[in-house]
Amino acid sequence: MQGSARSENLEEIAKEVRKSIVKMTFEAKSGHPGGSLSATEILTYLYFRELNIDPANPNWPDRDRFVLSKGHSTPVLYSILAMRGFFDPNLLHGFRKINSLLQGHVVNHIPGVDITAGSLGQGLSNAVGLALAAKIDKKSYRVFTLIGDGESDEGSIWEAALSAAHLKLSNLIVFLDRNMIQLDGFTEEILTLGDLEGKFRSFGWAAITIDGHSFAEIRRAIEWAKNEEGPKMIIARTIKGKGVKFMENNPEYHGKPVPNEEKLNEALKDIEGM
Amino acid sequence: MMMSNELNWLPDLINKLDKKSVREAYGNTLVSVGADKSVVVLDADLSTSTHTSMFQKKYPERFFNVGISENNMMGVASGLSWTGKKVFVSSFAIFATGRAYDFVRQSVCYADSDVRIVATHAGLTVGEDGATHQMLEDIGLMTGLPRMRVFVPADALETEEIVRYVYENRGPFYVRLSREKVPVVHDSESFRFGRAETITDGDDLTIIATGILVSAAKIATSYLKQKGISARVLNMATIKPIDSDSILKAARETGRILTAEEHSIYNGLGSRVSEVVTESYPVLVRRLGVNDTFGESGKSWELMDKYGLNPMGIVNKVEEMMKVTV
Repeated sequence: MQGSARSENLEEIAKEVRKSIVKMTFEAKSGHPGGSLSATEILTYLYFRELNIDPANPNWPDRDRFVLSKGHSTPVLYSILAMRGFFDPNLLHGFRKINSLLQGHVVNHIPGVDITAGSLGQGLSNAVGLALAAKIDKKSYRVFTLIGDGESDEGSIWEAALSAAHLKLSNLIVFLDRNMIQLDGFTEEILTLGDLEGKFRSFGWAAITIDGHSFAEIRRAIEWAKNEEGPKMIIARTIKGKGVKFMENNPEYHGKPVPNEEKLNEALKDIEGM
Repeated sequence: MMMSNELNWLPDLINKLDKKSVREAYGNTLVSVGADKSVVVLDADLSTSTHTSMFQKKYPERFFNVGISENNMMGVASGLSWTGKKVFVSSFAIFATGRAYDFVRQSVCYADSDVRIVATHAGLTVGEDGATHQMLEDIGLMTGLPRMRVFVPADALETEEIVRYVYENRGPFYVRLSREKVPVVHDSESFRFGRAETITDGDDLTIIATGILVSAAKIATSYLKQKGISARVLNMATIKPIDSDSILKAARETGRILTAEEHSIYNGLGSRVSEVVTESYPVLVRRLGVNDTFGESGKSWELMDKYGLNPMGIVNKVEEMMKVTV
């Protein structure tokens, strides 16, 4: 099946994805739940409604590409790839463990993964390369990318932003997970990012800001992107740790799983009650 | 009869030698392999210096100048490669390997991308621009990366052969070139991947050289012969994977090895050769290179003389080594 015609309810899928994120990081005793939970609706929408992909043929040359530039948010991507049938969901139990397929940061030998990432600020440049290749070859596939707000501290994000606008890459659609938190704390306290929509617009991008937890707004943003020229930036306002009360807006859960069974059950209950 | 005052590049030696531009050799070869539509070339605002501009003139639709952003260039190269493009990226060695190191590590090598980095202006022979542009650590940076294969051609003809080799094979590759026209070493094709080339045979000592120092070793050897020293010269154009067999053969047969390179004595050819020798057949190894300092402004060949990277520097080291009882 190629992407767009799944009938399952997106809210229900997102709940399953969130549970998987919390469980797999708990089982690994390691990983990044916060920035996975903030990006859950974005990736769920892309993989269950939008991307033109084929799990039976993950390297199909004309597929849409997805680049997880914030490469630590593997729990959300791996959970979704498993649910979409790119690999056996049992592999999620090996996440971050020795001799396992599912590395801590995303790597391209995993079925369904287009680009290796993890050192922040590189995936967007990789995405520019993928989108440029489509332009050279006059192919119609699109390149979707997810970058972080903390990641936007990296100068190379802005090198890539200049590049994408200069090359007029209309097939590049980027989501920025604006959850306001990075490893050490709140983004605006660590390094003021300010008006990211305005910044990207001044770099020559089409840019809008949406509620990154609303499927309706994500859908409308993608429709908007189809009618804009040049690279598109969708600033998705999100809540880090979304769905688990004690994780929400809590910088502590950037790179830390739930600490014990009791908290795990509390988290799963929160998600079920969303 | 060759006199010892003829062993410095200046005032006369370098002018007497037939020299050719390795950058032009690169540009010409790029144009030739560019007939393949999967070849894409990127540069970061140095295309007229690296000579990727020659490719741009012929194939403007497959050439992209990304501006002064080497990090982004490596990332874009990686992305392009994952759609089946054979990507060449060029800049000066200092920026391609130093500035962009983490992108080369992650986006090119760890991601196992089909990317060929061909960097020019390596070493002291950048000349007047001085230390900020004289890359002396790149062999170390690039050989340390898993999957990366590293080449330093000795002259223009070998540059053509190596550029063609990296075109025909899957990356990642690093090719290190000079700004200066370099003395011609080869009159016919001789490059073999991962194999040292015997330039002259000898049995008292082996000089293992790379890049410009191959021609210096060749000249030094003629002089040493007059003094009754028989030196073997190996051209190590592939630094990684290194030709351990030829190194160990030299160790067994000649008992002494001198390495010579336009690079820091740390982490370059000298270090790689020492590792091979130490592990399997320990003999006396000495390294000629830049002694843990930065470069400076000056004319290229003046600098090479000042830092002892000339036939005289090789002769002096060899004479010292022949006094050591082994």
